[in-house]
Amino acid sequence: MNAATLFGLCGAALVGIGLYGLITNPEPLRKILAFNLLGSGVFLLFGIIARRAAAAGLGGDPVPQAMVITAIVVAFAATAMAIALVQRLGDETGQASISSDSSETGEEKS
Amino acid sequence: MPAATALEATTADGALLVRAIILPVVGILLSFVLGGRYAERIAAFLLPAGLCVACIVFLKIWQSETSLSYIVGNWKPPLGITLRADGLSVAMMVAMAIVICLIGVFAHANFDSRVASVETRAPMVFWVMLMAISGAMNMIFFGGDLFTLYVALELLTFAAVPLVCLDGRAETLQAALRYLLFALLGSILYLVGTALLYGSYGTLDIVLMSQRVQIEPATLAAATLMTVGLFAKTALFPLHLWLPPAHAGAPAAASAVLSAVVVKGSFFLVVRLWFDAMPGLLSVAASQFIGVLGASAIICGNIVALRQKRLKLLIAYSTVAQIGYLFLMFPLAADPLHLQYGDVLTGGMLQAISHATAKAAMFMAAGLVYAALGHDQISELGGIARALPMTMFAFGLGGLCLIGLPPTGGFLAKWLLLEATIATEQWWWAIVIVAGGLLTSAYVFIVLSRAMGPPSAPLILRAAVPKYQEVAALGLALLSVLLGLVALGPIDVLQVGRPEAPMAWLR
Repeated sequence: MNAATLFGLCGAALVGIGLYGLITNPEPLRKILAFNLLGSGVFLLFGIIARRAAAAGLGGDPVPQAMVITAIVVAFAATAMAIALVQRLGDETGQASISSDSSETGEEKS
Repeated sequence: MPAATALEATTADGALLVRAIILPVVGILLSFVLGGRYAERIAAFLLPAGLCVACIVFLKIWQSETSLSYIVGNWKPPLGITLRADGLSVAMMVAMAIVICLIGVFAHANFDSRVASVETRAPMVFWVMLMAISGAMNMIFFGGDLFTLYVALELLTFAAVPLVCLDGRAETLQAALRYLLFALLGSILYLVGTALLYGSYGTLDIVLMSQRVQIEPATLAAATLMTVGLFAKTALFPLHLWLPPAHAGAPAAASAVLSAVVVKGSFFLVVRLWFDAMPGLLSVAASQFIGVLGASAIICGNIVALRQKRLKLLIAYSTVAQIGYLFLMFPLAADPLHLQYGDVLTGGMLQAISHATAKAAMFMAAGLVYAALGHDQISELGGIARALPMTMFAFGLGGLCLIGLPPTGGFLAKWLLLEATIATEQWWWAIVIVAGGLLTSAYVFIVLSRAMGPPSAPLILRAAVPKYQEVAALGLALLSVLLGLVALGPIDVLQVGRPEAPMAWLR
């Protein structure tokens, strides 16, 4: 097993764990953490692609590396925004949950 | 094959595309420098300027019948980034710029940042995010490679989420958080797709990609992931759960932006992906599956809309249904024997544009009704048509466009799609289109009949509604009606820069 395959499997495992957490966890904070795990898996994938294309004699293909930096910044901004929303929601209601029974059916009843 | 000339150099007037993206960004930066009290004045200057640029680009492309391109920093693809404007992008750009400008006029009453002596948060956020959405949409329309489109999509999401929770109530915060989580899942799936495609083809440029792309497992996996991610962002059934609370809870002007403009961004990317980056890759089975999702959206969205008791939720569910029509174009255009591929695309884009104008008008009308009555319970709308005739007229005209009665834009769009169902012998989609129209007419009729009925108690208006807000809503509604007339004029612009249909030589 060469390094690219090993890292690829690691990335796939991270994506799997993250996706599972994002879908099954009801808590928003855990969902955000799971999203970050999922994101790390994808960033690793970019790293492998940069590495794999290094046959031309360079240490690595710089284009995926440039893309992954942008993607990390975007994911960071998204996480910050989600955390801010969770915190604000916690301030307003005393609990942070996004279960649908209070928002959808509640509005229909009112 | 797409025009390879687009790769060669920046065309004359290509710099206009940069201007369309830069203008809103300048506005945002100025708003932060000068402070929130100036945000509205800056937007009042920059949004019409953006509309002017859009019109100039539109005229150039319509007259010259070639697409514009601009190579950023003269770094050519596959390393550099190209901005391209073809017929699809300019048509959408002009339509969205008009809608955003009229929403800006409407929002002046709710988000006037000039009256307060101190900076208040909601107006500042609203105007900055409105400019951000206009810039992000232009970037989505012009982005020439899939990664730039990813960044544009994220900008659009980050600008849209704060609009959902402008008033800071707990339920809107919850709706915004749910929207953000759906959107994040969608964007990460899109990102996996771009990684896989870059790994396979060594480029993300759309034109280069369309020349290299082949049917192989990695490509299909990437395309599936990206499409599912974009479906989550567009709120296509069954990934629509976030949309109704988010769109119905936001202030009227924000709902109008979200429903009319923001969902069209990710839809546009789906079109770019399947028609430009990977032409001919969509198999018949996959396209039928997308069509089934669209049809389910139309039927379920309309039926749930019928059962709503609140006007804004009804309009939000109607958005879920109308999004379904957008995706009916995929089964109709993917049929290999189909010769009128271009007409289907025109129909789908017209549906997007006419829905944008009609839905913005309806959300504005609902907002005015809410402001006047203090509630938007459909059962207690009696007498409102007498009190706010212009508003309800705008609502009705928007409804006509959604139903698809001639001569509205909705009629022309649905007519083109219906024609394609007959031409490609896929009659089952015709049933869905007609049934959707009937269900839509049912809920529009319910609202209008309640509004025109007598009030249960003497109607007391809580607040006077400014005339210009009513005029903005009516203007958008009239636009959606008059859109049907574009058949006589610039409808051909949508085909500029299109690669020829795969089987066009059979004509």
